[in-house]
Amino acid sequence: MEFNAEHFNADHFSLFDLPPAFRLDAALLDRRYLELQSQIHPDRFASASEAERRHSLQWATRVNEAYQTLKKPLSRAKYLLHMAAHDIGSENNTLMPVDFLIEQMEWREAVAEVRAAGEHHELEHLHHRLKRDLLERYEEIAMLLDDQPDLEQAADRVRRLMFLEKLLVEIDEAMAALEE
Amino acid sequence: MALLQIAEPGESAAPHQHRLAVGIDLGTTNSLVATVRSGLAVVISDELGRPLLPSVVRYLPDGNCDVGYEAQARQAIDPRNTIASVKRFMGRGPQDIAHREALPYLFDDGPGMLRLNTVAGRKSPVEVSAEILRVLRLRAEASLGGPLVGAVITVPAYFDDAQRQATKDAARLAGLPVLRLLNEPTAAAVAYGLDNASEGTYAVYDLGGGTFDISILRLSRGIFEVLATGGDSALGGDDFDHRIFCWLLEAAQLKPLSVEDARMLLTRAREAKEYLTFHGVAPINARLNSGEVVDLTLTTEIFAEITQTLVAKTIQPVKKALRDAGLSVAEVKGVVMVGGATRMPQIQRAVGDFFRQEPLNNLDPDKVVAIGAATQANLLAGNGLGGDNWLLLDVIPLSLGLETMGGLVEKIIPRNSTIPTARAQEFTTFRDGQTALAVHVVQGERELVSDCRSLARFELRGIPPMVAGAARIRVTFQVDADGLLAVTAREQTVGVEASIVVKPSYGLSDDEIAGMLKDSMLHVRDDALRRALKESQTDAQRLIEAVRSAIDTDGELLSVEERSRIEHDVSNLQAALLGDNRRQIMLAMDDLEADTKDFAARRMDKSIRRAFSGRHINELDSEVAAARTGEHA
Repeated sequence: MEFNAEHFNADHFSLFDLPPAFRLDAALLDRRYLELQSQIHPDRFASASEAERRHSLQWATRVNEAYQTLKKPLSRAKYLLHMAAHDIGSENNTLMPVDFLIEQMEWREAVAEVRAAGEHHELEHLHHRLKRDLLERYEEIAMLLDDQPDLEQAADRVRRLMFLEKLLVEIDEAMAALEE
Repeated sequence: MALLQIAEPGESAAPHQHRLAVGIDLGTTNSLVATVRSGLAVVISDELGRPLLPSVVRYLPDGNCDVGYEAQARQAIDPRNTIASVKRFMGRGPQDIAHREALPYLFDDGPGMLRLNTVAGRKSPVEVSAEILRVLRLRAEASLGGPLVGAVITVPAYFDDAQRQATKDAARLAGLPVLRLLNEPTAAAVAYGLDNASEGTYAVYDLGGGTFDISILRLSRGIFEVLATGGDSALGGDDFDHRIFCWLLEAAQLKPLSVEDARMLLTRAREAKEYLTFHGVAPINARLNSGEVVDLTLTTEIFAEITQTLVAKTIQPVKKALRDAGLSVAEVKGVVMVGGATRMPQIQRAVGDFFRQEPLNNLDPDKVVAIGAATQANLLAGNGLGGDNWLLLDVIPLSLGLETMGGLVEKIIPRNSTIPTARAQEFTTFRDGQTALAVHVVQGERELVSDCRSLARFELRGIPPMVAGAARIRVTFQVDADGLLAVTAREQTVGVEASIVVKPSYGLSDDEIAGMLKDSMLHVRDDALRRALKESQTDAQRLIEAVRSAIDTDGELLSVEERSRIEHDVSNLQAALLGDNRRQIMLAMDDLEADTKDFAARRMDKSIRRAFSGRHINELDSEVAAARTGEHA
């Protein structure tokens, strides 16, 4: 037996002793994460036996993965749907409502325009606008996952979120490109 | 009898020994070694009281070499065989080197990692670096009075996997066990943070001789958490020298220079740069071998003007790192300056202007990295018992990915992921009956493979023949706490662990290293066989101590039979230690390792449960507070 499977294979929320919900006490997650790392990080086992060092590496890897998944709203939402065995079908279910797609195209055109014009300040402005928009969407997803669960609707909102988060990355990359 | 000693509950094992461990700053221009002595981190100087070791190696016709000041002094006379700034070549191919034509070395144009042809033969940068590490190791051993348990060696945060691996290989050649590769800005943050009991978000701006790093860290409750890192592993103080050198050529209208004259002018350029830190103007005088005379004055204004683009080049990664960390300039509480090149006034000004605050310079920028590394080494070696309870959480600087169809990169692990980390990806075959798969691992942020750094290529063989798309091949990337990558692959449908052949693109293969180790054994400079025995004995001793202390704290996790088997293994190993048969020691160690495997798993599990067992937060707080006020560097 390599590990106590019960702990190692526990879901990410149980690992940090948190309730499985989209709304999450970020400060508590941070604290539990750091408490766990303080116990199991490879630096704590630098002069331990080979087996202990390997276990520590695997545990620290596991804890980092769980933390990263729960920390970000998009991956947290996806994970909750995954726990509920609800496939978000991001690969074969790309059919989005027309109004959402038009909105997406408008965003993208705006980014391409200011990027071509080299307007760094405008990109920053877009970045902040999108961030505000995302916050509203997180709230909507919280209601669909935590308050009046509707997994079908939640999965749809998560798919939209994936588009928007990708857009945010593109805006950031455009900013980086302008700085070069 | 030793056996009873372990068995006796409550009795402490062998009196706690201070294990000799050092921190090494393997710099582009200078290297240092530091250690923790009586709770205080100090740099170990040479017999003449000099703390720095110039990172210069001069190869001699008899196969030996000089390292440090002696080599540096001969640089202008014997430029071809005197290797300076070798760090810039680590894990690099010949085509990666900027201003190669301006360098006096004879590059060997083979594939893979670059090599230099010297009077003592063909040398890889790994071997050159190993000579520097060897001198530092001997210096530390002489000063501390015994062999080292291990060293923490610092690397630029922005070093890629090939550069890190090359550094670790150099340590191996130098006979130095590596406790950890530590990022330079993180080391500086440790030295600074522990010294000032800081809390909050800090930026570490580290401009060394040949590399630039920026790290954004959060310091809280004794934990140093790197949020983002960035930089340029080919930008440093050397480039400022080079700009002055170019300015000299133009201003004095010099004809093409001989290798010796070029080396001398570069030295004059560096001296002028250093002089300008404290003066408004620097006179530059030189008489060249060609008979030409240089007599010029470099002012602070001209210097700032000709290096403006270099300074700007450092601000760009700073912006990117802040964005990656999701922070604004206003949220940064302090900026720690590291590296000799940050002494330049235009750097201080640019950083101050960008962060809208005075940079922090209260620790010696040359020593702060080595001091931090020594502090970490002390903790890792197990000397930091008691109050020292801090922890580092670092990240990988560059994304890791795989080549996919059309020369595109698929990112597997994104940059700034906290290490250790792992990610698995599934692949399939695209032809019927395909039994092998070529995998190309790259590192970098760009979309095209050709714009990223090639780390390794491997072939997965032994896939059972199936129809196209039926095989499920799971490729796992694991990055360890040193930031080093290991790739494993397994065919899922039939569970065949397919064989992997990894060819590091810019590294040394295990065979090459084994060859070099053998060469150094033939070269009786350092009695390698005796040394290997000594190392095994140290390792065995360490293992015995680790097992003893594990039994001391968690002995109840063992059954009577398990415990007696382990005790039997320990006494066997102790018996082997008395002899000088290295193989016997290794075998006894293997037995002990095998019989403590389950014990290790149970102990880990107990640690996890302890973390869960709802320790009161204030209890934790007071512990961390104690860690911060405890004695340390």
